[in-house]
Amino acid sequence: MSYTSSNLLYLITIVAFVLALRFLSNPAHARRGNQVGAIGMLAAIVVTWVKTGGTSWWALVLGMAVGGGLGAVVARKVKMTAMPQMVALFNGVGGGAAALISLAELHRILPDPGRPRTDIAVAIVLSGLIGAISFAGSLVAFAKLQELLSGRPITYAGQQVVNATLFLACVAACVALSSGVQQEWLLWAVVAGGAVFGILFVLPIGGADMPVVISLLNAFTGLAVAVGGFELENNVLIVSGMLVGASGTLLTLMMGRAMNRSVTNVLFGAFGAVTASPADAAASNGGGSVRSANAEDVAVMLAYAHKVVFVPGYGLAVAQAQHDVRQLADLLEEKGVEVTYAIHPVAGRMPGHMNVLLAEANVPYPQLKEMDEANPEFSRTDVAVVVGANDVVNPDARNNQGSPIYGMPILNVDNAQAVVVLKRSMNPGFAGIENPLFYNPKTVMLFGDAKESIVNLAQNVKTL
Amino acid sequence: MNHNTLLMFEVTILVLAIFLGIEVISKVPSLLHTPLMSGTNAIHGVVIVGAMLVLGSGHKGAFTWIIGFVAVVLASANVVGGFVVTDRMLEMFKKREPPKRGE
Repeated sequence: MSYTSSNLLYLITIVAFVLALRFLSNPAHARRGNQVGAIGMLAAIVVTWVKTGGTSWWALVLGMAVGGGLGAVVARKVKMTAMPQMVALFNGVGGGAAALISLAELHRILPDPGRPRTDIAVAIVLSGLIGAISFAGSLVAFAKLQELLSGRPITYAGQQVVNATLFLACVAACVALSSGVQQEWLLWAVVAGGAVFGILFVLPIGGADMPVVISLLNAFTGLAVAVGGFELENNVLIVSGMLVGASGTLLTLMMGRAMNRSVTNVLFGAFGAVTASPADAAASNGGGSVRSANAEDVAVMLAYAHKVVFVPGYGLAVAQAQHDVRQLADLLEEKGVEVTYAIHPVAGRMPGHMNVLLAEANVPYPQLKEMDEANPEFSRTDVAVVVGANDVVNPDARNNQGSPIYGMPILNVDNAQAVVVLKRSMNPGFAGIENPLFYNPKTVMLFGDAKESIVNLAQNVKTL
Repeated sequence: MNHNTLLMFEVTILVLAIFLGIEVISKVPSLLHTPLMSGTNAIHGVVIVGAMLVLGSGHKGAFTWIIGFVAVVLASANVVGGFVVTDRMLEMFKKREPPKRGE
């Protein structure tokens, strides 16, 4: 098939992908959009199949059957809580494929007389480098999220220097290859160096910052694919890769903004490695005391409220209490209480993760409110129930300039008439930051395992 | 087509794709950001096109063959896994389950 006709047919795929993203603007027809995207992908595969003219067709079938089979099995089995690592994994294999294509392309064109065209050479090295970073970085992110590796930042002395040196060495090799040095091993060095850099670069990033990392790696793979389109002179790769690159970049910036931290700070700050000293913590709570309550009292508060807002954090997902929360919400609704959920953008381990977890527990999506929508509602809320969230409801982010999270947009639960915090103990959260909300006179603490507490509450509400 | 003309067109569509991407994606509510990520994940699986071209390009070196084959395996896992996982997620987003509370 000629360049013109295949690229025209690839246009079907491009349109399908754009429509797929467009349909995602509304949950009512998002699923159809995904199906349109899949059809577009099928079209691209068929066109490419015809283009190869049946060469090595059995190898293509075998490769697709093996890869597709593995992908389908894993995708069907994965739990919704494990979605971030799943996305990281699929992201990694995509980046790996882009890097491999680079290696194969250079191997193909090097024996040709004359040096490769500069634009092709640049595309090959960039796609190799970015693909390798994305591949290895995603695998480390996967290992961290799957808890094969510690979620805490892993740091050592001189880390930044080592990373910077390695990266510069890779860039130097890229420049050499682009400017006409015809050495295949150099590209292997770039890919290997990129992979090592990817590992070193994700290792020091803490588990709570994963929403940023995953979005960024997603953007990297998209970019690697787009650049790969230049080396293969293939429009569908350029456009689709860049759509993903733009999406990943946008999400990365949004996640950074939601944590009030620059993306550089997230990537190089090793946040969570430093903990506030106990003296600072004691100073910020103003010496106030904590009120704790039992499930019966809280059940009464909830059952006689007009409006209850649940504020779920990742602790809820860890405790697997989504379904129990929804059952409690159902009971409250039967009693005429208005129930919604306020979701912070970085609740969970990837952008929007909490929404998926609650949707899985059959929470109707109109009840899921994003931060901008939820915050004005708190002043009309009788009880805000914080389950497994901490930093995202910490008023220090608004009031205390000395706090490490000062400036981070938060859910203003302290504007509600009363706040109930479900928490295992008074230990500060992952980042070790003290939370004055717990000492607020409006707040009552319900100590214990989140799941057990919720089940207890539901039983008590039933008897009322 | 002349190489420079082709390159110019490619750069043009690349830049337009950036703006198109930002335009379309900024309309996706944060409610659907996880499906957006896994959906775009599936979309970059289009790298399978490149992998197929490498494997099926007709030059028979064992090296190219192995690299191409592994790339096809990885890319197909990316495509199928990405779309299936996204579909599973989007299926869960419902307004209200009819049997329980149909008022």
